This record gives sequence, C-alpha cells and structure tokens, in this order.
Amino acid sequence: MKSKFLVTFALGVGVSIFSVPLLAHHGNAAYDTDRKITVKGTVTQFVWSNPHCLLQFDVTDDSGRVVHWIAETENPSTMSRNGWTKESLKPGDEVTVTALPLKNGRPIGRIIEVVPPNGQRLAGIRIPQTGSDSPQLYPKQ
Amino acid sequence: MVKRFAVPAFVFAALTFSSAIHSQSAPQSGAAKDQQPTPAAQALDGWERPITSPAKDQKAAPAPKHDLSGTWEPANGPLDGLGIFGAKAMPEDGKPEHELPFTPTGREALNQAKPTFGHRSVLPAESNDPVVGCDPQGIARQDLNQLRTTQILQTPLSVVLLYQYNRVWRVIWTDGREPPKDAELRWFGYSVGKWVDDYTLVVQTTGTDDRTWLDHVGRPHSDNMRVEERFHRVDGDHLELTVTIDDPKMYTKPWVALDRFPMRLQPPSFDIREMICSPSEAELYNKLVGEPASGKNGK
Repeated sequence: MKSKFLVTFALGVGVSIFSVPLLAHHGNAAYDTDRKITVKGTVTQFVWSNPHCLLQFDVTDDSGRVVHWIAETENPSTMSRNGWTKESLKPGDEVTVTALPLKNGRPIGRIIEVVPPNGQRLAGIRIPQTGSDSPQLYPKQ
Repeated sequence: MVKRFAVPAFVFAALTFSSAIHSQSAPQSGAAKDQQPTPAAQALDGWERPITSPAKDQKAAPAPKHDLSGTWEPANGPLDGLGIFGAKAMPEDGKPEHELPFTPTGREALNQAKPTFGHRSVLPAESNDPVVGCDPQGIARQDLNQLRTTQILQTPLSVVLLYQYNRVWRVIWTDGREPPKDAELRWFGYSVGKWVDDYTLVVQTTGTDDRTWLDHVGRPHSDNMRVEERFHRVDGDHLELTVTIDDPKMYTKPWVALDRFPMRLQPPSFDIREMICSPSEAELYNKLVGEPASGKNGK
C-alpha cells in the first residue's frame, strides 16, 4: 500500500527545555535530542521485549519506495505502567510515530509518542536532561 | 550546537527515502503542546490485574517492629529509582556538590568506564557497561540503578530481597554472624544485618566482585568496598532506604549514594512483572538498534 508520509523536522530548543524519552540501558548519545520527527507508516512487527520494546514499521513514499523503520521505547514493565500492552500495536496498523531521530540519519528513532488507528495516543517516557530529577511516566500518574 | 541548527544529516538521509517529505520549522515547545497524550490506560501488575493506588488521605498504620516484609515500590513513582544519571543522591550532573571524593586510583578507574549516560556517555556499541551484556548489577548498583518493585521476605534468620530488575534475589543474614574473611568474591557480596532499633535494619555488605560498577554512569568500586544499607520502616506503609559507600581505595571518604529513598507498601496480592536481561533479546536489540545507532552494521 502506498501511503503518503510526513516527516516533520521541528528544529528548536524546546525539547531540551521539556524532556526527552530515555532508555534505561542505553543513553541518548546516538540521538539528536534537539529535534524530533513525525512519520506515518504501517506496522510490520511490535516486539514486546527487554531491554526495549521495538516497533517496526514500513513507510512508503509516493513513488512506492519502502523504508523500514524501527522505533524503540522502554521495557514492557515500564511501558505497561504507561498504558501499553503487547497488543497495543499490531502488524497492519497504520500509525503515526513521533520520535527522536538518530544523529547518523538511519531510519531509527526513540519514541516520544505513537498514535495507533484508534487514536489512543501511546506516550513514551520522559526524563529531564540532567540528573537532578527522576524520569516520569507521562502523563504523571 | 551550531551544527544542530544547520541542515541536519538526517534531512539528507530522509530525502533519499522519499520525494514526499514535507518539512517545517516549528518550535518543539509548540509542537509538544499539541501532543498531550490521552491519559494512560489502567496500569496492570504482572498478573494483568489493575494496580490500585491507595487513597491519599488514608492514614498509615504504625510501623510494625522488626518487620520489613511486603512488596515495595518507589513511593514517588515506579521510575523514581532508575538512577540513569548515577547514584540518586550524587548524580553526575556537573554540580560541585555532587563531585565524588575520588582517590587518584578511583579517578583512573572512572575514566576507564564508558557509560551510555551522563557527561561521559558514548554510543551504545562503544560502551563497556557490564550490564549491557547481561552481567549482574551486583551491590550497590542493584540499589542505585533500576531500583523498582522489591519484595521483602523475612525468616527468623534472614531477610530476603526479591528485586524486579533482572529478577535477582539476595539473602541478608540476621542471625548474628559476622561477615566472612578472605571469602571468594561474589557479584552480590556477603550481607549481614542488625536491627539497631525497632524499625531500622542496618546491613553491611562486603566481598563484592569489582567487575561491577557502582552505578549507571560507571562510578567504580574495589573488592574492599563496604556498603551500608539502612532500611528504616517509617510507618505501616512506608520504608526509606539509605545507602552509604565506603571504599578507601576509590574514595577518600564514605559518601551517601541514596538518601532516605522512599518506598511504599503495595497490596499483598501485587504480582511483580517479570523484567529480565535475556542475552538473546539483548542481542536482537543490539543488532536492530544499538549497532546501527552507533554507525555499525546491523539491521
């Protein structure tokens, strides 16, 4: 299926002021935390596993070229506390993924938010940029 | 920072994927306002049963004497004990008051560590963090990194801790024995505990394997480290944990790594969700994300 997709480059410092998603094992060194992207695509697989859940999806452009993306988020234990389940995303789902992009440009991101077909937004985890505060589930419970 | 506001490399990469890319310059702060997620669905425990939060106006019962048993969760939210910037009481945030009292040996050992968080963070594939390969965290890192839901059991001779993270357990002997001398090193060392009053158990751990890091940003320890954990039962519903590191080889003086970290009692039926470091799952992650994110082959 050909579907248009939109990549929004949001340049600015806002995200630094707010917070960024994190990985427990793996830090943000590979990601550009000053930007975020929004991509629309079709889920091919949702891996509900440690150390990080992996959303794999295909993005198809108008010319029919398919780019396979992977967006990672936290582990099942953490994500389950944020309303996610292993059934949240299924192959074939049309999703809109907002994520931090890799600095090196490969089609991999760290999930800020996923909007599945039912419109029920699934949020990543937010942390401050410095070590004085704790990460929080979003929205805060 | 200038580079980040120049045309990013990602733009070039994305442009190669499609001609249907639309870009716009929008401040992230504004975009973030538009993305208020729908409130999270009901959180579930490991048995897929709803987790109920106790009423805020509910007054806690008095603390029982010499009793830590129960299932405990960080009182300020399940992620409060993550410690991704290192020991929570002394995070690696560049503030002078959080500078640790390293000895020259300690400083040298710190510089050998390549963590994925903090000021010295490296790309995932360049890290030498032992836990990325699923090595045990050991003590004190089990307290200082990923301190999540923890079940405590007591016997007449011991206190047993069951940690959610990596599904590990420890035995703290409370039968009066002394720490062993010249024993073989262990990932989690040897722990003995004494009740110093009706509500406070003080645990001393020695004999820890120095292959482990102290925390998530690679603070080092030696095999002569002594870790003191002070479990204080505040009332029927609350527990506080304080952790002090004493390692003269690495630090010129003892320092408090966790300071009265609050934990709240959960219902007795609470089932802790499995959270384990599986080498095969870690390998998949590294292949799909860790290596390509670090500019290496993969995916």
